[in-house]
Amino acid sequence: MPYPPYMEESIRKLEASRQRRMKEEIPLISSDERDMIVRKYHPDYRETGKRKLLLGPNKDETMPEELANQLEGNSRVDPDKVDLSKIDYDVDVLIIGSGGAGLSAALLAQENGARVLIATKLRLGDSNTIGAEGGTQAADRPNDSPVLHYLDTMGGGHFENVPELVWAMARDAPMAIKWLEDLGVNWDKETDGSMRELELAGECRRRVHSCKDYTGLEVMRVLRDEVRCRDNIDYIEFEPAIELIMDDEGQVAGAILVNLETNKLSPVRAKAVIVATGGLGRLHTQGFPTTNHYGATADGLAMAYRVGCSLIYGDSIQYHPTGAVYPLQLVGILITENVRALGGQIINIDGEQVACNLEPRDILASFEIRECTERHKGITTSAGNVGVWEDIPLIDMLHGEGTIARRLPSLVHKFRRFNIDLIHEPVLVYPTLHYQNGGVRMDANSATEVPGLWAPGEVGGGVHGQNRLGGNATLDIYVFGRRAGREAAQYAKEVKLGKLNLDHVRQWQKELEQLDIAKERPFSPMLLPNYARQPSDYLADLYTEKLQPGLVKLA
Amino acid sequence: MAQETRVAEEGKVEEKVKMLDIYIMGKRYKVPDAGLTIQAALEYCGYNLIRGCGCREGFCGACATIYNFTYDPTIKYGLACQTVVEQNMVITQIPFFPAAESLYNVGDLQPKEGVNKLAELYPDILTCFGCNNCTKTCPQNLEVMEFVSDAIRGDYEKVYEKSFDCLLCGLCAARCPQGLQPYNIALAGRRLRGAYLAPKSQHNLDRVKEIEEGNFDADMEKLKKMSADELRELYAKREIEPAL
Repeated sequence: MPYPPYMEESIRKLEASRQRRMKEEIPLISSDERDMIVRKYHPDYRETGKRKLLLGPNKDETMPEELANQLEGNSRVDPDKVDLSKIDYDVDVLIIGSGGAGLSAALLAQENGARVLIATKLRLGDSNTIGAEGGTQAADRPNDSPVLHYLDTMGGGHFENVPELVWAMARDAPMAIKWLEDLGVNWDKETDGSMRELELAGECRRRVHSCKDYTGLEVMRVLRDEVRCRDNIDYIEFEPAIELIMDDEGQVAGAILVNLETNKLSPVRAKAVIVATGGLGRLHTQGFPTTNHYGATADGLAMAYRVGCSLIYGDSIQYHPTGAVYPLQLVGILITENVRALGGQIINIDGEQVACNLEPRDILASFEIRECTERHKGITTSAGNVGVWEDIPLIDMLHGEGTIARRLPSLVHKFRRFNIDLIHEPVLVYPTLHYQNGGVRMDANSATEVPGLWAPGEVGGGVHGQNRLGGNATLDIYVFGRRAGREAAQYAKEVKLGKLNLDHVRQWQKELEQLDIAKERPFSPMLLPNYARQPSDYLADLYTEKLQPGLVKLA
Repeated sequence: MAQETRVAEEGKVEEKVKMLDIYIMGKRYKVPDAGLTIQAALEYCGYNLIRGCGCREGFCGACATIYNFTYDPTIKYGLACQTVVEQNMVITQIPFFPAAESLYNVGDLQPKEGVNKLAELYPDILTCFGCNNCTKTCPQNLEVMEFVSDAIRGDYEKVYEKSFDCLLCGLCAARCPQGLQPYNIALAGRRLRGAYLAPKSQHNLDRVKEIEEGNFDADMEKLKKMSADELRELYAKREIEPAL
């Protein structure tokens, strides 16, 4: 029995109602009702868990509280204790972060003559890119065109996207695919060489390129290897940037790195800086689990904000309605939308449908939140997570035995590892934090508003409007990473750096003091989430289990 | 040794949860018997992870882990984020292994008749004596020794097929008595295959040429000049190709 006994009763109710539910059709809700439920329950519209920024370029704009805290955080650097006359690295282009955007930028900067240093928080290549399963959009089939790709992306983003960014992305897409193939990426193809392409929601042509369901991993393996093989690219692992350095001309001129294992600070002078730190999933905005990598803590947003970069759609976050809730090993991972397309229903603790399974993502996410909060009809796990059932076995009843095994093999495999048989058992789901739609404001080459600083990839914003289409995230990173790398290398050839300083940090701390919020705000960037259980719990163990001190660790 | 304790989650679920003994680098801790992964157990015990933690979904290979049991010395291998702790498990992570990758230019990988590019890059590959430790070690259950043999024979296509799910965790290199690096050998093989042996995609090459020649610029200019309403109408009316 893979599911624990406390879930059995609910699963029996779900099974009992299956025959009836097979014929039960819940209509899609009207657009007025949509408006109401989204405004009331969708995290993007909820007023709770949000607040106005008190300082910086986006002052008075509302942001999720967790992000606001990072943006308004205290610097980890005391400017009076850092000697900028002693520089540890002096390079043309410094790249912060080593996901798809950072490494694409590194390769293009090097090709354009720059000496490149990559500073990365974890291992080289550890990033959200590595977990991207779906694929990469590029309009390269004969019946498709970059113009249609542009139109789809604009429509998906509710026409709030920045047009010049969307055109840059759609135009460069086929070139990005070819570039990666020339480096040795194995795209899925037919025997005649034509790409095997898929269509995701909101796309009018099949244009998503994949490498089985390891697309991001395959690309990262190649990019990481290529970076290692090239001269003039250095990288330092487990050494994130914690603050940007400016010069007296108001240009970004380097960064302070910290060795995560020894706490040693290293100032880097760089003629150009590319911040490619990705998204913010690990901030767990409004308490949501996430599909994101361990390092996705909004570091780049915090550092860029402090030197004067504004954010566009900083409060727009994509929640996917079907993230796994159980078992613990799979919390937050995506259950593909195909499950719902095949008839998988969303069911509450009493075996009743929560909403029509074909509602759009944001609507269904809102229904699930209502069911689990206001209505208390969710199922709570021993780890304290709550969710509703997605009735996968129903698919075989609707479409014939063997459908699940044939259509959803990797999903079935993933859960089988933990003795959950999705052919016969439902899966527990809840909305999961997937992507930051917005980010640092940038132009078509990812240059920010502050000279000397570029922000390609998820950390940059505008290209997706307030809603991103599937297959555009991995495309975004290659296209804008390459553009940023190329332009930064050119810029580095011309720019003259002045005297380095951290005056912006002094000014920032002064403003925090004046607003009397310095003590309330955390240090930022956060760098790593703190998932370690607190010592007090250990004391509880000591008492309840009457263990001798020394049998468990106390701090 | 298992003891019972009460785990209360804000009044939502109350149940008796058994506690397990585990040994992190030889040191004993107690963790709830609630399906915790090795990674979650480390965090439960108070470790704030720096190394040995990545995507937390089984994709990145950062959390390679070796374990056995106090009652069974047989060494086992897994990813910390995907392996559930069990009673009397003895755990250590291998977050880094000093394998010296051969460096090359992807242009040098161009296959040549009668030359095994992989043996050129990794000459010691020929010293493999087939102990199969690499295969037994692989947390992805890949047939590692088989693709090493394929590499020795210069069968790049087979290397690509058999090694495709490799996460580069490095455990195979850590256990190879000959000091080989199966994961890096296979990576070079896959890159060679992708860049040179995979059939070329003519429609992609054609499209790249069309874009570079500016064939879509005029259409794009038209779209740019449209009012928001015109653009919305065009979007609503666009023809949707049926999905596969």
